[in-house]
Amino acid sequence: MQVTCPVCGLPVDVPDDALSGEVIEHDCGTVLEVVRDEEGVRLRPLDDIKEDWGE
Amino acid sequence: MLRIGVAYDILRWEERAIADALRRNGAEPQLIHLRNTFIELGRGEWPELVLQRSISHSVASESASALESAGVTVVNGSLPILLSNDKLLTASILSRAGVPTPRTVAAFTPEDTLKAADTIGYPVVLKPVNGSWGRMVAKARDEEELRALLDHRLYVPGINSQVFLIQEYIEKPGRDIRVFVIGEDVPAAIYRVSDHWITNTARGGRAEAAEVDEELRELAIRVAEAMGADILGIDVFEDPRRGYVVNEVNAVPEFKNTVRATGHPIHERIAEYAVELARR
Ligand SMILES: Nc1ncnc2c1ncn2[C@@H]1O[C@H](COP(=O)(O)OP(=O)(O)O)[C@@H](O)[C@H]1O
Ligand SMILES: [Mg+2]
Ligand SMILES: [Zn+2]
Repeated sequence: MQVTCPVCGLPVDVPDDALSGEVIEHDCGTVLEVVRDEEGVRLRPLDDIKEDWGE
Repeated sequence: MLRIGVAYDILRWEERAIADALRRNGAEPQLIHLRNTFIELGRGEWPELVLQRSISHSVASESASALESAGVTVVNGSLPILLSNDKLLTASILSRAGVPTPRTVAAFTPEDTLKAADTIGYPVVLKPVNGSWGRMVAKARDEEELRALLDHRLYVPGINSQVFLIQEYIEKPGRDIRVFVIGEDVPAAIYRVSDHWITNTARGGRAEAAEVDEELRELAIRVAEAMGADILGIDVFEDPRRGYVVNEVNAVPEFKNTVRATGHPIHERIAEYAVELARR
């Protein structure tokens, strides 16, 4: 499926079975987060998640 | 069918691996994307058991606590997550439980931090109480260096500038250990090997399989008990004089590198443990 990149406006290929919370890097350099809800699939720029539990 | 929740903010390899392993163990994973939901306290239709996998420390503890209000068992629970989010709280819990840790001091002004460093002896390590991936962890060889670090810290946003944690520097052998506890089981450990004294894999440390000897196993179990946690990644230093000392504890551990280096499927263990807990 194709979803519009909220940053550059170009289409992004999103796998049909993409899950909410998956991360996709778009060609324009933006890191996007898949959000799936009743209305379908959206993309939003991934905010910096500041805390983590790194190895 | 038994439903087990997997709560997360970003879906990484780890969360997919856990979801697949749950299916293999006869449970139906319910993926809970925390950045795409809300939790009303005391209500709601949630699975009885939820595995907490949120990368964000605050989202992890707050969402665990919100789910707990609705009667959900969250693994790990909100309290162990809160404790492990804070290196001083963790060190103090471990110290009280008699678990060996690097000598650690809490101070609340830069001046007192300088005095404390004289007491511990240089080099000392200064670190934020709530960091990870080795960020802002710094070593000072003398008072001048510590002063410079303390000055610099005042200008770094997001760092608590009222609480200072310093530690003795442990002369570890070019590596530290990350050991996993899952329930009563201590399935795997890795060395994080690095030329730099900061060994985080996010900072270039290499993961290599490590053996879990009896002493390490017992230590890991004691840490999990002290923290009240079910699943932990525990960071351990080998002190040339004292042996194992526990540096810190991760309540939502990453394990991709551990699986790769040891061949041990941590996600299977987590899924088995969750199914066993849910059926209890
Ligand atoms: N007291 C210490 N002595 C020697 N090395 C240390 C000490 N504290 C931290 N380190 C090194 O720095 C790394 C990062 O510090 P740590 O306290 O684990 O913070 P983080 O949460 O950012 O991983 C550790 O994995 C270890 O390699
Ligand atoms: Mg660490
Ligand atoms: Zn784009």
